[in-house]
Amino acid sequence: MDMSQKTVDNGVNVEALLGAREALAKAPQAAQFKWRATCKWMNGTHSRSTVEGFYGLGDEQKHKTQFTFDADHPEIFASQDKGATPVEFVLVGLASCLTAGIAAVAQLRQIKLRSVSATLQGSMDVRGILGADTDVRNGFDGIEVIYNIDADASPDDIKALVAQSQKRSAVYDILTNPTNVRVEVQ
Amino acid sequence: MSRCLAERSIDHVVLERGEIANSWKTERWDSLRLLTPNWQSRLPGYEYQGDDPDGFRTMLETIEFIERYAKLIAAPVQTHSAVISARRSDNGYEIRTRQATWHCDTVVLANGACNISQVPALASAVPARIAMLTAAEYRSPTRLDSGGVLVVGASATGTQIADEIQRSGRKVTLAVGEHIRVPRTYRGKDIQWWMDVAGVLDERYDQVDDIVRVRNSSSLQLAGYPDRRMTDLNSLSSIGVKLVGRLAGIVGGKAQFSGSLRNVCALADLKMSRLLGTIDEWASTNGLDAKMSPPHRFEPTGVEASPPLVIDLRSGDIRTIIWATGYRPNYSWLEVPLFDHKGYVRHDGGIVQSPGMYIMGMPFLRRRKSTLIDGAGDDARDLSIHLASYLRRKCRVLPRATRLRESTSRR
Repeated sequence: MDMSQKTVDNGVNVEALLGAREALAKAPQAAQFKWRATCKWMNGTHSRSTVEGFYGLGDEQKHKTQFTFDADHPEIFASQDKGATPVEFVLVGLASCLTAGIAAVAQLRQIKLRSVSATLQGSMDVRGILGADTDVRNGFDGIEVIYNIDADASPDDIKALVAQSQKRSAVYDILTNPTNVRVEVQ
Repeated sequence: MSRCLAERSIDHVVLERGEIANSWKTERWDSLRLLTPNWQSRLPGYEYQGDDPDGFRTMLETIEFIERYAKLIAAPVQTHSAVISARRSDNGYEIRTRQATWHCDTVVLANGACNISQVPALASAVPARIAMLTAAEYRSPTRLDSGGVLVVGASATGTQIADEIQRSGRKVTLAVGEHIRVPRTYRGKDIQWWMDVAGVLDERYDQVDDIVRVRNSSSLQLAGYPDRRMTDLNSLSSIGVKLVGRLAGIVGGKAQFSGSLRNVCALADLKMSRLLGTIDEWASTNGLDAKMSPPHRFEPTGVEASPPLVIDLRSGDIRTIIWATGYRPNYSWLEVPLFDHKGYVRHDGGIVQSPGMYIMGMPFLRRRKSTLIDGAGDDARDLSIHLASYLRRKCRVLPRATRLRESTSRR
């Protein structure tokens, strides 16, 4: 890529990403990452989770600072509402993963983004989690994401950014495909 | 390649594990037709001469076509000579079949990319009562149970098989991952004609952005039906095929399908639009607009609001599963270190990392059309130039005449 001709900057270092892609294709061990979180019960349905360390590129790594997330249930669930619900965190996860992807793909394709915003909605029949009906699943029946994007590109090119972002999104994959979850008690 | 070598008076033999056109004879379903029009199957010195250039050859016609070519060029074919090992020797290569051992200076690997059917590991979790076939084993709907059929894979093979089985009166469910959607006909001309004239098929392997991705792409959702109908997902839905996402898992007898169906369809629609855009631009630049029907686009792929994510395979609704999940080459006999970490032969436009050895018949080997019969000729021409020049250099170094030798008597 010719650096001197780079006119579009969405703030994503695509050269680094492309370099990483090439290097890691040849060194799969270094590509093995482990993302982590710890969680502490506070009271009632309120818990506090922290994210700081992770594993990747063959070594333990740390974020610049520790991140903290309070989660709870709302008052209509007879709770204290000290934080967003766990399922809302999932929507945040999906939104942030897709949005980051849109920025990266746009930069790679030299498309200038002026604004990107998304609204998400996960539909849920709460009889599932309340155990009121075993035919009803616990999780979302479906998730809808609506993007509004203002960019220097045709409508099809913008749709293609969003489609490509889904194709390469970790959270989209986690949500749309089965994932093994093993919970142990020590 | 044989024809090109003969033109250069290079002594050679063609080793075939079965009969000429073996795969066409033994590993294709009954009603299959080529998805490339007859005019497009051009081999060196051999063009279509029949009266239906825009038609699509049946399997019998394809077999005859290949057999006739072999006879025409007097190809030195040894049939029923499966190679059991190929390795380097002191001054070249030693190729063993059950009947003979061959010593040669150069080798062309032409066994193609489709020797072994790929079946996902999760097939082992399919309940025993359900019949399973690979696309290579499938022959016709009449040989299937009368119940529902799950076709896994929506490329050329999967869509054609789904179409045929649904029309036979069996309910088909089609599991769809990433795919490539194309029309059969656009603005009055066949899509292969457009891709040929607009230079799409001539795109070179060293000119594409991501050759690995392109070489791993699935085949176009295209078929050679005499009525020239499309076999895209909208066409299949319109005859009653039920679409679900990619088969992602089987747990407790329940098949799980990905929730990504909507996006893979969106990706395919966008890609088709880009291809048609390329065609429209070429047509306009080359002054064809006046003579042709105007540019247009196709209806987006219709996906229901909430496609099923689970099918209980124990319910009896599905009686047969057909794996249209691709193929891979068989290199169990190849004892030369040529492979990447996934077991594929590394090559640079067909030239591999062992002197005097070449590979042909792989997707996008040198050009996009390398995947087609029509691409074999140009690939053979290019590689035979390299091969001939290699032989000339080798002859200068080794004073001994380099000739193909067959040792050990044949039984």
